[in-house]
Amino acid sequence: MELFTPDLGLIFWMFVAFGILFFLLWKFAWPMILKTVDHRADLIDKGVEYAHEAQEQLKNAQQQSDAYMAEARRKQADMLREADKMKTQIIEEARSAAQTEAQKVMDSARLQIEQQQKEAQQQLRNQVSEMAIEIAGKVVKTQLENDKAQARLVGTLLDELESKK
Amino acid sequence: MSLLIRNGMKFRLKTILAFLIALLFAVPAASADDAFVAQADKDAREAVHDMEKDTEDAAHKLDPKDIIFEHLGDGYGWEVPFDHHHRIPLPVIVWASDGLHVFSSGRVTGGQTYRDGNLEFRIAGHDSPFKGKVVEVLPDGKEVKPAFDFSVTKNVCGVFISAILVLGLMFWLAGFYRRNGLKAPRKGLGAVESMLVFIYDTVIKSTLGKKAPKFAPYLLSVFFFIFAMNLLGLIVIFPGGANLTGNIAVTLVLAVITFLVTNLFGNKHYWKEIFWPDVPIWLKFPIPIMQFIEVFGIFTKPAALTVRLFANIMGGHMIVLVLTLLIFIFAAVSPAAGGGATVISVLFSVFMLLIDVLVSFIQAYVFTMLSTIFISLAQEEHAHDEAHAAEPAAHGAEAKTQTA
Repeated sequence: MELFTPDLGLIFWMFVAFGILFFLLWKFAWPMILKTVDHRADLIDKGVEYAHEAQEQLKNAQQQSDAYMAEARRKQADMLREADKMKTQIIEEARSAAQTEAQKVMDSARLQIEQQQKEAQQQLRNQVSEMAIEIAGKVVKTQLENDKAQARLVGTLLDELESKK
Repeated sequence: MSLLIRNGMKFRLKTILAFLIALLFAVPAASADDAFVAQADKDAREAVHDMEKDTEDAAHKLDPKDIIFEHLGDGYGWEVPFDHHHRIPLPVIVWASDGLHVFSSGRVTGGQTYRDGNLEFRIAGHDSPFKGKVVEVLPDGKEVKPAFDFSVTKNVCGVFISAILVLGLMFWLAGFYRRNGLKAPRKGLGAVESMLVFIYDTVIKSTLGKKAPKFAPYLLSVFFFIFAMNLLGLIVIFPGGANLTGNIAVTLVLAVITFLVTNLFGNKHYWKEIFWPDVPIWLKFPIPIMQFIEVFGIFTKPAALTVRLFANIMGGHMIVLVLTLLIFIFAAVSPAAGGGATVISVLFSVFMLLIDVLVSFIQAYVFTMLSTIFISLAQEEHAHDEAHAAEPAAHGAEAKTQTA
């Protein structure tokens, strides 16, 4: 039964030994050790958090750059479409301007032609009248000896000619 | 750098060894001029002779119970390997009928009677009620136990060696941090640190939470002290071999300190739960049934701590001893049986010792964990919600799975 009865001397020395051990460790070892261990754990935690944040940021940056790219592409398409529209517009404008110009040119040409026609008509008329006068003159010259009624006939013929025109 | 440290360590180890050896020789040598030394030597020689005869006789009637109890128990000297007669002498300090007596245990461990001053002392024999203790021998031959026996026995010496070991390790670690800042130690110190962090994080912090820094110094000291004592107990020769944590006095002191810490630092809520718990009124008034149970519980906790550690370690030692003794028991039957038993028991002993190494850690861990839980139970602010009480356990499990 000796095993189960605690020995007083050993109890006393055990208290002393543990007391000394605890006091020395508590005073000189544990504060330093626990501080360092905690500090390092915090540092590692912070490092992990920082890495996570960096990763997140990187992911965000990727997304952002993707968004920028999409935006740029959209803008580019817009611009292209705009340019296309502008092109067609310009072409249209140019065409209409050209048309009006051409119209103008044609109009003026037509006017000129009409003028010239008129002039030519006038000229022709003049010439015809001259020729008629000449013919008439010649006819008269010949008719003078023939008949005065024939000059009248020439006059009526010329009138008819004019009214036919 | 490491070479320098190694050299320094070697130097330190050498000085410690030299110091220890000097101490060992100094104790018997100091009293060389004692008038009784010649007589004592003669006595010793005779006693040794007697004992040799005794052992010769004893070889025929092997007493396993005696051998086991002798190995599990304490002693005034420290056994030396391969030598049954010489022991490393340790100081005997007794408060006898006429005051303090201090002498070397070498004067009595051989079975001799030693005269110190006016009194005679010897170690009580097998048939005495004080078996194995130093007793005062009265002139009429009667044995009286001294009032106080504060001898530095094998176990006391072992306890101090363990304490010095733990102090050395922790100061080494603290010194490393002081020199290297937040750098992580490698090799031996790395092992110490990883164990420390394991206990600190998974046991202390996960259970005590914010209050961890307050109690961590005590709990970590207890853990490393028990672990060192457990492991030293497994080493067969000096400075090991003392069955420290397998001694009920050692575990009792540790449990009593945990008990004191628990109750001295217990908060209002803890005491309210003991003297006015949340139970139907008839359970606590007029007959204080619950109070009785709760107060009883205060004392069963340290008792459980004491017995658990003591029984586990003592059991481990006892199994190894029994396995070893089997060799001699079988050898007494026949040499062939002895040979067979040798192979089997050596294999089993090695296996058991390896398990004991594991048990050394587990029991230190369990003692620390239970102390932590007892302390945290006396620190809880609101135990009304059971979810809160279950939280530390869940925390611990989580941490364990994380480490796994």
